[in-house]
Amino acid sequence: MTRTVAFNIIQLLFVIGFAPLYSGVLSRFKENVQSKRGPSILQPYRDLWKLFHKDEVVSQETTWIFRFTPYLVFVIPLFVTTLIPVLTDYPLAFAFMGDMLAGGFFLAFAGFFAALAAVDTGNPYGPMGASRTRMVGFLAEPVFMIVFFTVSFVAQSTIPYIVQQKWVASAAAFFSPAHILLLIAFLMLILAEGGKIPVDNPSGHFELAMIDESKGLEYSGRGAALMKWGGQMKFLVLTCIFLNVLVAPWGLAHGTGVADVLLAAPQILFKILLFAIVLVMIETSLSKLRLFRISEFLGAAFIISVAAMVTSIFPGG
Amino acid sequence: MPSSIPHALNTLCAGLILISAFAMVATRQVQGVTRFFVAQSILLATSCFLLAYSQHSTDLFALGLITIGAKVVTIPWVLRRLLPADFYERREITQGINIPTSLLLALLLAIFAEFLMSPIVDAAHNPVIALNLPIGLACLLIGAYSLVARREAIPQLIGILAMENGTFFAGIAIAPQLPIIAELAIAVDVALIAVVVGLLTRTIRETLGTTEAASLGELKEEAAK
Repeated sequence: MTRTVAFNIIQLLFVIGFAPLYSGVLSRFKENVQSKRGPSILQPYRDLWKLFHKDEVVSQETTWIFRFTPYLVFVIPLFVTTLIPVLTDYPLAFAFMGDMLAGGFFLAFAGFFAALAAVDTGNPYGPMGASRTRMVGFLAEPVFMIVFFTVSFVAQSTIPYIVQQKWVASAAAFFSPAHILLLIAFLMLILAEGGKIPVDNPSGHFELAMIDESKGLEYSGRGAALMKWGGQMKFLVLTCIFLNVLVAPWGLAHGTGVADVLLAAPQILFKILLFAIVLVMIETSLSKLRLFRISEFLGAAFIISVAAMVTSIFPGG
Repeated sequence: MPSSIPHALNTLCAGLILISAFAMVATRQVQGVTRFFVAQSILLATSCFLLAYSQHSTDLFALGLITIGAKVVTIPWVLRRLLPADFYERREITQGINIPTSLLLALLLAIFAEFLMSPIVDAAHNPVIALNLPIGLACLLIGAYSLVARREAIPQLIGILAMENGTFFAGIAIAPQLPIIAELAIAVDVALIAVVVGLLTRTIRETLGTTEAASLGELKEEAAK
């Protein structure tokens, strides 16, 4: 028991430690693909360091929600981390405390508070960004649910540790239409939830066009650092759910030794690196959708996820 | 057979064929629709080769070659030669039914196909039939739907060809020994349809300046004068 708790803590440290690196690698790759040199992959760490050492300014008009939200945004991805396989392919201490649905609820909870905090400031751009994020959020919600339903149909469970074993049971299961459709639907979801390019431009600095970024405009100093770090961790957690639970549990630690778990970390990082390359290819080959086309994009994700569910229910899927 | 690698790759093709059928419904640009059609045809040919390999059938291998020759090379080339370039850059903006609704209807058709085929699949006890038959039927229905819902001539033509793809995908599973002559006939037929529709579209466009099916009502008035 103490051992699995220790592994859980290693997973948490993995997510806390490598989330900025992941975002640094992504932005560096993207610049490189566009034949620019780009910032160092360690730049997000420097940004966080800088922000933590700056003074924080909080408007007098704001309420406790504004002060409370950065901590929540930072902590929620860590809660989700305890529920999902990040480094090990066997359940850890808190694995059965909640299923994938609980993870979805947790992330939605953080999103809800982030939106409230954006409205709280009274800055005109904040509520606009918040309402847009909510729009993307409620369009993404059905896709999330159908993906979970499909998974529970196929694996008879929504506990991530059990789900991940189903896909690699046989080659036919891995390549089954249900699995492929599910992956594409969830990939589209990650793009939408992570504020990536067909839906949102993460490197845009124009407030009117922002979706995800404008929620954090009013934060400074430590609050901004926590919001930023929390966002990076959320994206890493979503990537881990995608790669470890839905794609395949390759590279996760089998053994119960500390060395096994520590050795799994570079393998998972390698997997994430490959995913980052795919993500950069998607981001550079597509253009940002107009706001009202986002519903179409997520509508397509919904259709694909329902098709996945249908092919998994009926025989032959 | 069920756990072998060719079968696993065939299931991958099946999933991607279904996705490309949805993508053809969701795409606005004529160019994009054509590209997805070519991708679907390549997947279909791959599926043919895989089944030919696992069932040791030369007919299926030949069918895969015919598919590549007719649908991946000839038809796009013919359409490209017959129609001017601006045709391909066009976006279809006026649609009878908008894209999200179209996608939902396509989804309903796919569910219907799965539902319709489930008793046959249950009776067949063959994993290839269980996989190809519902998805092939779904592609056929979705192709038929886009034939009805699209307003531009080329996406309508692609709708016919996608129906044909769906039929083939179901067909290679149920009748792997289909005589090669029938397959050749179908392939030539399809290419001929492409030529005829392409020529017609070109003529219509030269006379009227548009190929939107909705505004072709004027053809009749011209005849009446």
